[in-house]
Amino acid sequence: MSSATIAAATSTAPLQVVSLVKRFGQVTAAGGISLDLQPGECLGLLGPNGAGKSTLIRAIVGRVIPDSGQVTVFGAPAGSPAARAALGWVPQELAIYPRLTAKENLRAFGSYYGLSGKPLHDAIAWCLQWAALEDRANDLTRTLSGGMKRRLNMAAGLIHQPKLVLMDEPTVGVDPQSRNRIFEMIEALREQGATIIYTTHYMEEAERLCDRIAIVDHGRIIALGTHQALIQESFGSRSEVLARFDGPAEAIAAWAASRSGRIVDSSAAFTIDHPTEIAGLLDSAASAGLQLVDVSLRRPNLESVFLHLTGRELRD
Amino acid sequence: MTFLPIARTALVALRRDRASLALSFVLPIAFFSIFAAIFGNRHDTVPKVSVILVDEDQSTASHQLVKALQHEGSLSVSMRPTSDKGAAPSANYTAASAEAAVKAGDVSVALVIPRGWGDHPVAFGPDQGQAAPAIQLLYDASDVIAPQVVGGMLQKTAMTAMPVTMAEQGMKYTGKYIGGLTPQQQALMQSNLDQLRKIQAQPESAATASTASGSADFGGIIAVQNRSVIGENKNNNMISFYAAAIGVMFLLFTASGSSGALLDEAESGTLDRVLSSRITITGLLAGKLFFNTLLAFTQLVVMFLWGWAVFKLDFFSHIPGFIVMGLSTAVAVAAFGMLLASLCHTRAQLGALSTLVILMMSSIGGSMFPRYYMSESMQKAGLFTINAWAIDGFTKVFWRDLPISALWPQVSVLLAIAIVLFLFARRVARRWEYA
Repeated sequence: MSSATIAAATSTAPLQVVSLVKRFGQVTAAGGISLDLQPGECLGLLGPNGAGKSTLIRAIVGRVIPDSGQVTVFGAPAGSPAARAALGWVPQELAIYPRLTAKENLRAFGSYYGLSGKPLHDAIAWCLQWAALEDRANDLTRTLSGGMKRRLNMAAGLIHQPKLVLMDEPTVGVDPQSRNRIFEMIEALREQGATIIYTTHYMEEAERLCDRIAIVDHGRIIALGTHQALIQESFGSRSEVLARFDGPAEAIAAWAASRSGRIVDSSAAFTIDHPTEIAGLLDSAASAGLQLVDVSLRRPNLESVFLHLTGRELRD
Repeated sequence: MTFLPIARTALVALRRDRASLALSFVLPIAFFSIFAAIFGNRHDTVPKVSVILVDEDQSTASHQLVKALQHEGSLSVSMRPTSDKGAAPSANYTAASAEAAVKAGDVSVALVIPRGWGDHPVAFGPDQGQAAPAIQLLYDASDVIAPQVVGGMLQKTAMTAMPVTMAEQGMKYTGKYIGGLTPQQQALMQSNLDQLRKIQAQPESAATASTASGSADFGGIIAVQNRSVIGENKNNNMISFYAAAIGVMFLLFTASGSSGALLDEAESGTLDRVLSSRITITGLLAGKLFFNTLLAFTQLVVMFLWGWAVFKLDFFSHIPGFIVMGLSTAVAVAAFGMLLASLCHTRAQLGALSTLVILMMSSIGGSMFPRYYMSESMQKAGLFTINAWAIDGFTKVFWRDLPISALWPQVSVLLAIAIVLFLFARRVARRWEYA
């Protein structure tokens, strides 16, 4: 298949990122990221703060000009009018007007996308209903609760009914109840067939909402696949043992290192092929003078994958 | 000592915003320098009062007076309009053209020495002002100082520059009111007058005489008829001036404050989001410019309506001129605000910079006191401000009752300022466009 044929075949893909590089001074925020997105898919970008997730999102939106590489949205270059119209961006910040009401905010952003008349009226009604803000539609935004502001922030990004939605950590700073409400909103959006990119540094969110997950670190995608595939690739059928001991932290860390383990949340963590290996570990700890408090066996999660791939915890 | 941590935190925060810190020191120094330059007479000579002089009399006495006034250090006397380089010299002013020049605001005062004045140059006694026509002092009532200065200088100059005339006239009035001198006294007086004529005929004598300081109060020895040629029917001569002057100054503050919303939006991320929609940075700035122009124009309307309601400013007779000047001023002011906001990175910087620039422009440009009180160099410096052009335009409309066509210099300059400032703001705003 020629390159022209390939380009034609993929030109209608919601998103194509090819070898994206972006540097800010000495810092490489994106170091050659490539990515494809399928229609109706929800892709999670998982990584710690400063990994390059937001730079990637802003490059897709057209707010960051890459040093090299290409970003196309439904075949149109990022930043072009066609790409802008197809994209809905929910930034990490509360990018709404505090002195306007919820409805006025939606009207403003709708008009920025060229909506007017009945389509705008209908879009506002849909957004208010989707964000469960109908009863607060005429309240000033600054008087809304943090969770409500977050939901309005999301609704403002969807006012023009985009085909591709980019959500940049939409649950930052919200309480668990509001977070659940936001999850429900995103799931409702998914049911309607929306294509979504969702960035987060909370693995539970990525596991719950996303079809595929791209783990981003130091401006690169270090793993990409489904939740299960990522764990399988990193751990196979192995499990994790977490053991908590009473005693000096230095002694526990030294012993864990001697058994190829590491310290995770004050517990010694080990990857084992079979549960029978636990007895040997505990004998070794007792020999080292460590007093066991509790021990647990668990299947590795995305955090384990990140730790396995980078040697650091996701929330470092 | 619980207050110390608070003070330390405030100091650290201030040090972080170095632009604000610098401006907080620059601001008072800048103002001190401006006021010192305007009032302290540090860089310039005492401002001269410009006056047009028309000699219809062409008598010996009038020639002496004209010569003496031309040598008077505090006056800048014009006998004819300035002509373009290379062009033939203009004809001398006439009474009519001098009056027109005062009405147009070219000068604040004109003196017209009427035909026949030289026959009885000194006004004295019960028939003062009736024996011969009085010198006409035509003035613009908006300038309350210049007519008084010129009137005083005229009397002083007459006393010091025309000693022979004074003596002759004195003898005439002596004969008229106390019966005259004896033949011996007349002979002696005539001999002294001849001597005085010889001295006066010598070169520079007039200059020497004119610069002699007269300490006595000789008010009214020459008959002068003061006549306001502009503003005589106005309800309050300074209301329109201050409506424009103060209005423009606060328009500038409002425009910079309103444009500061750009900085808030940039900080909150709203600007980024807006620019990810169909709106471009040019469209965004143009939208803000349009809004700020309307806001400024509305402020002017409210201010002039207040002037009309409370101070009887004749607003409704000048609506077309007001609209033309109001919109021109508003768009220039709005563009100015956009540029300041684009140049600054924080609200604190904008607050400090706008205060500095606006108060400087307002003091030099005539918003705080009329520019004709300033030295010539400061008046020229004022032409680099929005205030000066706006105030001049509104003065033409409300004070001089000039037609809209006469506003073209002010309107052209204000629109040019608006375009240049907006383009500059657009260029500076590139930092918001992309990362």
